[in-house]
This record gives sequence, structure tokens and C-alpha cells, in this order.
Amino acid sequence: MSGLALVAHQFRYDQKAFWRNPASVFFTVAFPVILLLIFATVFGDETVDVGGGIETTTYYVPAIITLSVISATMQSLAMSLVIAREDGRLKRGRGTPMPAWVFIAGRIGNSIVVALLMLALIAALGRLAYGVPIPWEQLPAIVVTLMVGAAAFCCLGIALTAAIPSQDAAAPIVNALLLPLYFLSGVFIPDDQLPSGVIHFADAFPVRHFFEAFFSAYVPAGGGAGFEWGNLAAVAAWGLAGLLLATRYFRWTPRSG
Amino acid sequence: MEDSNPVISVRGLQKSYGDVEAVRGIDLEVRRGEVFAFLGPNGAGKTTTVEILEGYRKRSAGEVSVLGEDPERADRAWRERIGVVLQSCRLDPYLTVRESLDLYAGYYRAPRPADDVLELVGLEAKADARAGSLSGGQQRRLDVGMALIGDPELLFLDEPTTGFDPSARRQTWETIAGLRDLGKTVFLTTHYMDEAQRLADRVTIISAGTMVAGGTPEDLGDRENRPATVSFRLPEGVATGELPVDGAASRNGGRTVSLDTSTPVATLNELTGWALRRGFDLEGLEVTRPSLEDVYLSLTSEGTE
Repeated sequence: MSGLALVAHQFRYDQKAFWRNPASVFFTVAFPVILLLIFATVFGDETVDVGGGIETTTYYVPAIITLSVISATMQSLAMSLVIAREDGRLKRGRGTPMPAWVFIAGRIGNSIVVALLMLALIAALGRLAYGVPIPWEQLPAIVVTLMVGAAAFCCLGIALTAAIPSQDAAAPIVNALLLPLYFLSGVFIPDDQLPSGVIHFADAFPVRHFFEAFFSAYVPAGGGAGFEWGNLAAVAAWGLAGLLLATRYFRWTPRSG
Repeated sequence: MEDSNPVISVRGLQKSYGDVEAVRGIDLEVRRGEVFAFLGPNGAGKTTTVEILEGYRKRSAGEVSVLGEDPERADRAWRERIGVVLQSCRLDPYLTVRESLDLYAGYYRAPRPADDVLELVGLEAKADARAGSLSGGQQRRLDVGMALIGDPELLFLDEPTTGFDPSARRQTWETIAGLRDLGKTVFLTTHYMDEAQRLADRVTIISAGTMVAGGTPEDLGDRENRPATVSFRLPEGVATGELPVDGAASRNGGRTVSLDTSTPVATLNELTGWALRRGFDLEGLEVTRPSLEDVYLSLTSEGTE
């Protein structure tokens, strides 16, 4: 098989394994849906003082898509790669003629496809359940922003595996990093209720930049094309840093034993 | 012509981790089509050696050639020709047996048909079961199947039955024995003497990073020329000093005595002649040769002391 055919082959089996794994389906697919339902139910009648005042649900749809993309990429990759590494599957794969990059490319492809599916799922749910309009005219900005974010958070997820010593440590480490950032970046709590100091702090991390970029693309208050080049550049820079760390520190052999 | 070249050739192999010398000068030659067992206790350097041969680790010194290439510089074409079963690997629990084989088949240019491999490893009935639902022995046989799917010339098996119950071991042994019939060369590491005895054409025993013995399982450790043990129960009222032979000693202070002799026929002749003359019976009379296990244990304990 050629390189690309091999990636497609690997991707096909990664997809099967992903959808059959109850933990990955719950945390990556079901959990964001549940979060949207909860936020919409609890805060549904309020408005958010962003862009001249918008419905809370209009705020939470892009927020939950942001979370879904990070979850499908950084979180899901870091967890599944650590599990495969500690189970010895990464090492075993290295004993075959398959080039290493094919394996990684298959996993990244899997993450990006799931991220796109979550975009469609949350956008459709927002539209049907809460009447949050889908900004079709912004589709190029939405897709480009999502792809930049997905690629960057994939790189960060792969880099993060180097800091995770065991399967048991994977979920705590990933959540300890991401959950506070979701709160501080306005994903869980709307921007207008966060002190400006918190926002400044969150600006140092990629979650906030990706959320701002995606929010502009999804809620076209300003009427532009929705590209937030500054935020996208910050996200891409984080991704590049992740890529460099990953190429330097990623390991194929189990840490334990 | 190719048959005259060894599949694996190792000279003076050494590997150190910091100050620890895991492998201290090993020489090996594995010929085409044989099952070669690399036998030794845990920590003897077996896995370090096999992982150097597989191209996973770099050696500190020595010469290594596997299928005519240095594993440290091996390429994709070389990987097409070998199969690897690691000491411990948990396969993807969410793929079925057939899917696991198909996934790996895609990595090779000319894979064996999955149905062939299912039959070889005896998992036809489990083809559609998820790998996560298999028993330990079945998972290991699937692992062997995934190593066979590329139709390799040389297969590495690192402790394929460690921790298995007897029936799972037997089934895995049958699978490995079947590989020889396919003409595969197999490099097997194990710490079970009976496994090496049962499967291997030739065995090398290592202990603490050095080779302590080598040969066919039959003549390993010069077993035929090691002393035999004669044991029997001492007749009533007889002390060991009265026996016509020297060296008899009681085990656990009981009446059963045993002695080691390199001339068991002469020893038995003296003993039984003496007993007949005195009108005794020698209850529980037994002559035993050291088992391979005994040879193995004495060889490997010499190495560690």
C-alpha cells in the first residue's frame, strides 16, 4: 500500500475501535451533549452581555463545540496513545513495516473526523432544540478555525503523552490541565461574568484563543468573515510548540516494565 | 545456497545500562528452519538480547547479523521478513480477531490470507470475537497470528507462555510446533526448561548475561555423564556405615538414603548382592538420572553465584 492508502487503512480500524469503546464515546460524544443540555436548562432564560447581548444558548453552542473539539483531539489522543503505549501496542506496531508516521496520521485523522462530527452534532442540536442559528455564510471561517484548532490540539495531546507516566495517570493529568482552563477561558462561565484578570490569565493558554476564534466565527456579531487571525496565530503557535515537543519526547515503548 | 548462511549470527554481544552489564559477551548462530530456544531465568538478559536482534535496542559492543542485516540499520524491507511477539502486549480489545489480523495484514506487501493464519493459531471459532473477550492463551495465539500475517521468514517469540495454565501452554506449544512445519525459523526465549525441551532443536542457556551451556535438548549440560542417584530405604537395624558402598546419606533424617554415583551399574551390583547375602529387601529402590530441570537449575545457579 502507498503511504496514503496505509493511513486510510489505519484510520478505518481506529474508527472501529473508537466507536466501540464506551469510554471514548461517552467522554468525547455524549458528555459535551449533556453539558449543553445542562447549561441550556440552568441558564437558558438569561442573556449574555457579549456583542451587544445574546441568548445564553447562543453563547453555549460555540462554547461546547470548542470543548468538543479539544476533547476529540487533545484529550482523546493523549488518553488513547498512553493506553496503547503502556499496553505495548505502539511498540508492537514498530516491529512491523508500517512507518511510524502512518500510525500517528491515522490517529490524527480519527480525531479530526470526530471533531467535525461533533461540530455538526452540537450545531444541529443548538438549532433544533434552542433555535440557535447556524451561520452558513460563515462556514469557511468555522471550518478553517476548527481545523487549525484541531491540528494544534492534536499536537498538544501527542506532546502531553510524554508527561503521562501510566494509564491511571492519563485522565487526572488531562483533566487537571483542561477543566480549569475551560472555566477560566469562558467556556463554562460566560465572559461577562469573569473578572478581567482571569481573562488575561487565560489569554496565556491556547484554550482561550481557540474559543475566541471559534466564537467569532460562529456568532457573526461584527459582520466580518469571522476569521480571528491573531487568535488563530496564537493557537497555531501552541500547536507548533506541541509538535516540536512531541517529536523530541514522544516514546513508543511502555514506561512501566 | 542460502541455507548455508545462518539466519542469526551474533558475536561478542554486550549491552550495558549505565554500570549494569545486562549482556556480557554472547555468541549465537541460528540456522534456517530451526526452532532455537534461548533459555534462562528472569533477569538473565534474554529480553535485552532478543530486543537487540529485533532492532528495538542498540548494543554496546559486538557483531549482530539478522537475515544478513544489522538490525540497528534495518529498513522496511527487513521488517517485512521478520515477525515479532513481545513479552507483554495487550492487543486492541475492541477489534475482533479477524479485524486484528486484517489490520496487520495491511502493513505487509504480501500477507498470508487471514483464514490460513486463523487455522495456524487455532482461532477459527473465535474469528468474530473481540480480542478483549479472549482468554490469555487465546490472546497470545492471536498475537502470534499477527506476527505471522506478513508471512515472515523469522519469528521472535519472547516468553510466549509465561503465566499460562497447562492447557493454554499446550495449545500455544502446538501452534509453535506447527511453525517448524511451515519452514519458519523461530527464536524463542523462555524460562521454562520443559518448553525448550519440547519445542527447540537447539538450546542455549544464559545466566547473568553469559552463556552457560548450549546444544540439543538431549545432550544439554552433558546430562548423560552426570552422576545418577541411587536411593532406597535402609533395612531395619542397619546403619549407613554397614553398607558396602560409600557416600550414602539420609534425606531429612529418615530411613530413606541416597547416594550419587557415576557408575550406577557397579553400585547397584554391590548393593543388591550385599542385600541378597544378608537376606534384606531394599524397599523403594530407585535409580534416577538428573532431569533437564536439575541440569538447568544447577547451570543457572552456578552462573549467578
